[in-house]
Amino acid sequence: MAEAADQIFVALERWLVGHTPAGVRPVFAEVISVVALLAVFASLFAMTTVLERKGLGRIQNRYGPNRVGPFGILQPLADGIKSLTKEDIVPQAADRIVHFLAPVVLVLAAFSMYAVLPVGRNMVLANLDAGVLFFFAASSVMEVSIFMAGWSSRNKYSLLGAMRAVAQMISYEVPLILASITAVMAAGSLSTVTIVEKQAGYTGILPHWFVLTPWGFAGFVLFMIATTAESNRSPFDLPEGESEIIAGYFTEYSGFKFALFFLGEYIGMFAMSGLGITLFLGGWTAPLSFLTWVPSYLWFFAKLLFMIAMFIWIRGTLPRLRMDQLMNFAWKFMLPLALINLVTTGVWRFLPHGILRWIVCAVMVVVPYILLGRGLAQGWKLKKRVYRFAE
Amino acid sequence: MLFTIFAILTLAGAAAAMSLRNLVHSVLALIVAFGGLAVVYLLLGAQFVGFAQVLVYIGAVAILIVFAILLTRSADTASSSIGGSWVAGGVTALAVFGVLAWAISHSSASHGAAMPQPEASMQQIGDALMLRFALPLEMIGLLLTAALIGAVTIASREKRGPR
Amino acid sequence: MTPLMGCLLLSALLFAIGLAGALVRRNAILVLIGIELMLNAANLNFIAFWRYGPHPEALTGMMFVVFSIGVAAAEAAVGLALIISLYRHIKSVNIDEVNSMSG
Repeated sequence: MAEAADQIFVALERWLVGHTPAGVRPVFAEVISVVALLAVFASLFAMTTVLERKGLGRIQNRYGPNRVGPFGILQPLADGIKSLTKEDIVPQAADRIVHFLAPVVLVLAAFSMYAVLPVGRNMVLANLDAGVLFFFAASSVMEVSIFMAGWSSRNKYSLLGAMRAVAQMISYEVPLILASITAVMAAGSLSTVTIVEKQAGYTGILPHWFVLTPWGFAGFVLFMIATTAESNRSPFDLPEGESEIIAGYFTEYSGFKFALFFLGEYIGMFAMSGLGITLFLGGWTAPLSFLTWVPSYLWFFAKLLFMIAMFIWIRGTLPRLRMDQLMNFAWKFMLPLALINLVTTGVWRFLPHGILRWIVCAVMVVVPYILLGRGLAQGWKLKKRVYRFAE
Repeated sequence: MLFTIFAILTLAGAAAAMSLRNLVHSVLALIVAFGGLAVVYLLLGAQFVGFAQVLVYIGAVAILIVFAILLTRSADTASSSIGGSWVAGGVTALAVFGVLAWAISHSSASHGAAMPQPEASMQQIGDALMLRFALPLEMIGLLLTAALIGAVTIASREKRGPR
Repeated sequence: MTPLMGCLLLSALLFAIGLAGALVRRNAILVLIGIELMLNAANLNFIAFWRYGPHPEALTGMMFVVFSIGVAAAEAAVGLALIISLYRHIKSVNIDEVNSMSG
């Protein structure tokens, strides 16, 4: 019974494909999977816009949008109609072709990252042998589209924002990839399906997720910080901060192209969270051994919603980082920690099972963090925080 | 047939990269050429190399070239950047292509039998890198470190001493 | 026209286009772009011979290309650093103006 509920979408696809003529079958199967992915993640995007605005509102001690529909849940519909019917203004001096292609390339690159994420048991679009490498290759095309957007607007502020955004994304790609390599090392394969399967066992009631090991926890934290920076989310959103540089590289975009940029950025964020879930949080496996009767795709989306909630929480809480603080953080703090984490993973793999390797690896993760943090923060004094509530 | 389409796309991108006046358009055409080549690698069955091509060339080298264009302000000046001796360059390139095409069409390797798709799984690539090609792997690590330090040293501003 | 011949001709054409650009254009960055195209053409040649040549299971062609991509990235970084440093001296990237041994 649990097995049938788990594989219901796979069985549905097989039934649909069985009704088509034999020559078209492989193409039709792919098309159905792609349409399903697009539909699910686009509606997740719509839901996230409302969640974010209401969540941010509550953190900032106000209601979010609550006019359109009960509790404001039909707000994405209103936003969609607005962005589709707004006038599409292109600056006269802008480079029309590049200006048009930039959001297209962004959305293409962002959606193609979903091809290697295993959403459930047997539910991956393309079981590539080098899945993680394909994911990072697709995410590096996103940087090109951001540069295209910033440059084609012929606007000094857009160009400056684009350059900052590209520099930030390239800098944070290094700790991102190094943190992922630790999970790849532990699983022994670049294929995302294999990485999830390696985390599918249980000792007692606890799962074998990589995040529950010292190196996995450090790797997960590094991965999440790097993902926040890669998606230009607060506190790393200097390139698109509303109070800093108007809207950065998409200042000159209006209407549907702006909506496409918004979509592309959020889709990229979901895809990277999805990779973090696959590499560290066990993909579609259940957290406790007696909960495996819940279908696997529900666990994946539950974890994804948890990550989205974390992103919204951090956005509402932390202040924005300045550009030089951002770059220092990437190169001087996260890169050494990611390299030490790589060594820790190797040590974990080759020490015998038992309490010794837990202690050694925990020490190897915590001590450099404390030393590096103290070393880089010399001379800063932390004052006690005083909160002032709105009356 | 798919190979022909992407081959023509690659050649068009390369030709546009070398002949456009606007430098940033030239780099964008170069990105198209790199992408076309990556698809050709995938069609030939070299998945690792295809993805590495996208990751390194499009995601790093092209962006580096763009940064250099913006730092040297070459995007604004639309000066004619074709020298007086372009005939000699063109003739040389044509001659090189002629020799290569003649050699390709007359060699015995080109007319051999078709081979089945070789298998290049990630496991085999990893084994090759760690066992047979371990020394080149270390050397390229050293090379990249040296290039990184060298590039930073060359491109950083010199400190003005007391004049 | 075997597939190998097709790949090799594509590689030769790419090399010729890169060579023509590197010889004809006067902007230093375009010369570097031409050099990158020539390196890519050589990589395609290696992959074509790995696929259609003898002993593809030795993975020699593929390994060569992996290291070649790494070396090309390093060379692009150093070359562009040189161009930026040159620009600071003579305020131009036209290679016709780099013709004095003093200064």
